[in-house]
Amino acid sequence: MFRTSMKRFTIGCAGLLGVLIGSTAVAKEVSFNRDVRPILSDKCFACHGPDSNARKADLRLDLRDSALTVIEPGKIDESELIHRITASDPDEVMPPVKFHKKISKQEVGILRDWVEQGAPYESHWSFIPLAAVTPPQVQSGDVFNAIDQFVLARLQNAGLNPASQADRRTLIRRVTLDLTGLPPTPAEVDDFVNDSDPLDVAYGKVVDRLLKSARYGEHMAYSWLDAARYADSDGYESDPLRNMWPWRDWVVWALNSNMPYDRFIIEQLAGDMLPGATMRQKLATGFNRNHRLNNEGGILPEEWLVEYVADRAETTATVFMGLTWGCARCHDHKYDPISQTDYYSLFAFFHKLPEQGSARGDRNAEPMMHSPPLPKIEEYEANQKALAPLKAEQSTLAAAQQFTAQLKEWIVQLDDAQRKKLPKEIAPVAPDKWNAKQKAAARDYFLKNVHQETATLQKQIAVWEKRQAALLKAGAKVMVMADMAQPRKTHVLIRGAYDRPGEEVAAETPSWLPPMKKSAPRNRLGLAQWLVDPQHPLTARVAVNRIWTHHFGAGLVKTPEDFGSQGESPSHPALLDYLAASFIESGWDVKGLHKLIVMSRSYRQSSGMSQELLARDPENRLLARGPRERLAAAVIRDQALFLGGLLVEEMGGPAVKPYQPDGLWREIIKGGPTYKRDTGSKLYRRSLYSLWRRAVKPPLMMLLDANERDTCRVSQKRTNTPLQALLLLNDVVFVEAARGMGSRMMLEGGTTEPERITWGMRLATSRPPTSEELKILQEELTSYRQSFQANAVAAKALVNIGESKPNETLAVDELAAYTALARLLLNLDETITKE
Amino acid sequence: MNSADELIRLEKRRHFLKSSALNVGAAALASLLGKPLAHGAAPTGKRNAIGGIEGIQAIAPKAKRVIYLFQSGGPSHADLYDYKPHLKNQFGQNLPDSIRMGQRLTGFTKNQKTLPVVPTKFHFKQHGDSGAWLCEHLAPLGSVVDEICFIKSVYSEAINHDPARTLIQTGAQLAGRPSMGTWVTYGLGSQCRDLPAFMVLTSIGSCKRTPQPVSGRLWESGFLPSQYQGVKLQSVGDPILYVSNPQGVDQAIQGRTLSALSRLNGIKAAQLGDPEIDARTRQYELAFRMQTSVPELTNIADEPESTFGLYGDGARKRGTFAANCLLARRMAERGVRFIQLYHVGWDHHQNIPRDLPLMCQDVAQPTAALLMDLKQRGLLDDTLVIWGGEFGRTIFSQGKMTKEVYGRDHHGRCFTMWMAGGGIRGGMTYGQSDDYAYGVAENPVHIHDLQATILHLLGIRHTQLTYRFQGREFRLTDVHGNVVQDILA
Repeated sequence: MFRTSMKRFTIGCAGLLGVLIGSTAVAKEVSFNRDVRPILSDKCFACHGPDSNARKADLRLDLRDSALTVIEPGKIDESELIHRITASDPDEVMPPVKFHKKISKQEVGILRDWVEQGAPYESHWSFIPLAAVTPPQVQSGDVFNAIDQFVLARLQNAGLNPASQADRRTLIRRVTLDLTGLPPTPAEVDDFVNDSDPLDVAYGKVVDRLLKSARYGEHMAYSWLDAARYADSDGYESDPLRNMWPWRDWVVWALNSNMPYDRFIIEQLAGDMLPGATMRQKLATGFNRNHRLNNEGGILPEEWLVEYVADRAETTATVFMGLTWGCARCHDHKYDPISQTDYYSLFAFFHKLPEQGSARGDRNAEPMMHSPPLPKIEEYEANQKALAPLKAEQSTLAAAQQFTAQLKEWIVQLDDAQRKKLPKEIAPVAPDKWNAKQKAAARDYFLKNVHQETATLQKQIAVWEKRQAALLKAGAKVMVMADMAQPRKTHVLIRGAYDRPGEEVAAETPSWLPPMKKSAPRNRLGLAQWLVDPQHPLTARVAVNRIWTHHFGAGLVKTPEDFGSQGESPSHPALLDYLAASFIESGWDVKGLHKLIVMSRSYRQSSGMSQELLARDPENRLLARGPRERLAAAVIRDQALFLGGLLVEEMGGPAVKPYQPDGLWREIIKGGPTYKRDTGSKLYRRSLYSLWRRAVKPPLMMLLDANERDTCRVSQKRTNTPLQALLLLNDVVFVEAARGMGSRMMLEGGTTEPERITWGMRLATSRPPTSEELKILQEELTSYRQSFQANAVAAKALVNIGESKPNETLAVDELAAYTALARLLLNLDETITKE
Repeated sequence: MNSADELIRLEKRRHFLKSSALNVGAAALASLLGKPLAHGAAPTGKRNAIGGIEGIQAIAPKAKRVIYLFQSGGPSHADLYDYKPHLKNQFGQNLPDSIRMGQRLTGFTKNQKTLPVVPTKFHFKQHGDSGAWLCEHLAPLGSVVDEICFIKSVYSEAINHDPARTLIQTGAQLAGRPSMGTWVTYGLGSQCRDLPAFMVLTSIGSCKRTPQPVSGRLWESGFLPSQYQGVKLQSVGDPILYVSNPQGVDQAIQGRTLSALSRLNGIKAAQLGDPEIDARTRQYELAFRMQTSVPELTNIADEPESTFGLYGDGARKRGTFAANCLLARRMAERGVRFIQLYHVGWDHHQNIPRDLPLMCQDVAQPTAALLMDLKQRGLLDDTLVIWGGEFGRTIFSQGKMTKEVYGRDHHGRCFTMWMAGGGIRGGMTYGQSDDYAYGVAENPVHIHDLQATILHLLGIRHTQLTYRFQGREFRLTDVHGNVVQDILA
């Protein structure tokens, strides 16, 4: 369980909580990080910031010492900075007119107040150690856990109240979708609604059940694959397919077994470097081999090798530290203290692979590890261990003089009949004519078949080897990390160009973050250990923010990809630090963190919104209401299959090819693999397992805002388009699911029409329809029924959609009517929304 | 109830919703169709009535829409447009170092011992009042050269297809940025109610060598909202994916379903107050209209016989470049903002004499037809037409060569593209290559300059169309780009 008993000294929480987003009131007390840095960063740092090459007038405004040449603390009139930003002369005003970045009146006011208050500087909020925070005391309101204290304090400061608690049906649907990516069944809803235990206990039981479900790992893996730019093809040109699925299964396994997050990082960055690394740990390092690979003819391998290494460094920085490392590839970062040297020092950690710059197309690229399917990986390793002594014994025997003597003797006495039994390549040739290769073949034959002791061993060895071969055949050759014995040298690349090396750099972490331990190796393992050091200010904050985002739709930091100076400051900084510190203290307990969040009252409040609140806080940054958001692409498809009773919950294995309109691949790629749609159960697996070809992405997923999987993405998009409507109304997978759901309504929903409709509504939304809704649905059903009774051909066509067969005991016209009704239910806004 | 009745009902319903709708979601309503929102100006003032950015057109726009005829693979400029007759005498001579100037070569030719110049084997002729030179296989274009501005000094740093295409379509060599069509529709919104603002058509060339594919990534939205991604028109099955009703469902049932959906969503919206719900209902209504408008767009049966005389018989066959040119004109008529065609197959490493004429046969007549057709309909004035690939090809031969059989490698340092219509000065050539069609001799035009110019013609200052991502203001032209003033009408 998650430990929340942190007794630490409070620092300045009240100050941090002082100002509201969306409030027009300007705080009297100006905070540098909250109020001033965003202005200076956006408007000034490009020319007066960290990038030494772009710096103008030798002035830095990111450092106080330098800034004091234009700021007289406490004296607005004597401060050149204020004079310049308010100047009316176009030659004097800053930022220069051509820069198109005017400082607003309100911003001038903030800067004036700040100068008046002595122009204090603070280090950027995310680079300083986690603040030791005690949850603020709140006078009134329900507090379920510490999260609510922070949220309530903030709301009360803004003169707002939290929403009422969501009802049980809404709550169980919300939490089930959030933790497993599938909705609750009507029975699960009933159990929860009728549970006589106090709400908190009953709800806690639900949460614990969901966290134990294997569906949890499958659901949580999806966004990790987005971050890790996981796909089933190389991503350039003819876009050959690749095999990285055992790594995907590793992610699901790690999440389901609640691997502590520090371990999760270490194994993915450097599992191969752990003492006595297991195959499973080596497999984890596939994380940094998921980038795209270019197999185009005519590429210069040295150029592309640089791209791959850059991708690893930038992805690592974004995923674990929320930093925009890529901005420092050609020059020093314009806003954050990432120098170009820092860029290549991180790059150096990932520059040591024995890799070629060009891909080979269809066969992955070295270094690789032939992995059996994940569940068999330990069996394979154990077999190898059992096999080793047998092989050792065999070779010892074969190395003995006696063996050699017997071999010679055997060759000499070979008669014609015996020779015919020899392997093909030596049988027709007389022994005295054998070349070296043939001699070796003869020796091998003798060893395995003739010499008594070694042949006996061979029988045992063969059994093991056959098993091993079968295990490997079911697996795949997966790309993994490995370091060369003699690593390449790494240089700063001038302007980022692969062929313009500058000064040599060593693998090192940036000086403006806490240093690596002296004893730590300067390799990926050392890097990973540095990331998970409790002193690291970013790792836990970024992780906690990502998990928060999963539940609330937006993060405490709204820019998960940027915790730097240009990113958005946290809406609840103290809460972020509190959660981050608790997360570390809990032993990086990921499920514990999920539980802490979903158990909070803040998460459990209703997502209804008044016009007033909507106008006041359209993005719900203050959390005066619960989260409400359209479901992700994968969840929408998986839910439909689940409601239709079609979902096949088989875990792991090679990617599957579900329904996709014909001809999509051929339309733009002549030659190469074809999309041969799978049949049977593979059509109905969770979307996590659907094949992802980068050049022609699955349209279903792309229309519903799935991330592209070309490069690292740590945020999710949501749009609302008519193409989504066409997809959900017309695509075979959704109509087949509607047919399944229609027949379930008839078979499982009761005997009367209202019962069946009610049950269908409960399937889709976890709640019964209101009487008004029921009336509409009944009218529709009647109308559909009339249509299909009048048109048997149409009815038959509709119920026969998709590969699975309709239930033959059901009347076709009636099933068609229920299918049409289920289709309506599947398209309800409420059905495709978490609320 | 028939579907027309349904639509009337839906309109009424919308009117009702409008009077009660909350304005906050209006920005979210600026959908890929950018349906005009009568009272829909977002309270932030950031989006205008057609879903564009308020005030983004700081310049008087000359073009309302773009048709981009992308020639994928790298058409050989020296064999098509950039005629160097004096090279006839230099067959087989090594390219002078003074011309190459250490220029990097691709992996195909970097280990080649010599770089022998191979002049084009094709005949060239001058056309029109402007006297533009065209390869014999492009002769059909002769009738429209006076509409065209040839730019013979385009250059790109990229030397391989994927990065080069990504650069010209997104402004950066590496994946992840939005495509040009996405930027344009994100900035300008949509001029039509019932079709997507950014549409994509692909066709596969007739060359014998297997064409290099284009990636769907080229019309994705990158970090911009996915509603601005290009919508690809298919050449098999539904022209727009999922636009047809499922089997057994007719328009009456479909309309009835949408009507019920609208009522049920309305109940929920009233109860919960989330404006996103009404927004979704409207997208469903638009989807329903698209089920009519898309077949209307793609049904070319209503075209007179003369159309096929103009575009050629190929235009009757779905998925050809000719058919796509015809569809491009139909989209332009309907107000589609950014019409992106890709014709793949110009990557002629080995046998230009065999493959180039086949590709010309695909494109010459339909391209000329498109320009003429647009002009006849008064659409050329405000439609910008762009023709070109991701780079050109080397003047030296790759691998073995004879006068009859030669191939050329990728070449980004100088190549030819052309533009016409929409604010472009026709009948001119801008920029010159050197004597070997190898380097730029005069008026270099970088890819970013081209992009800046395209945006300029649409009324956008390229430095102002920005989007903040990862803490940085990104734009199509990255941190570069100058408008090529001299080619503007």
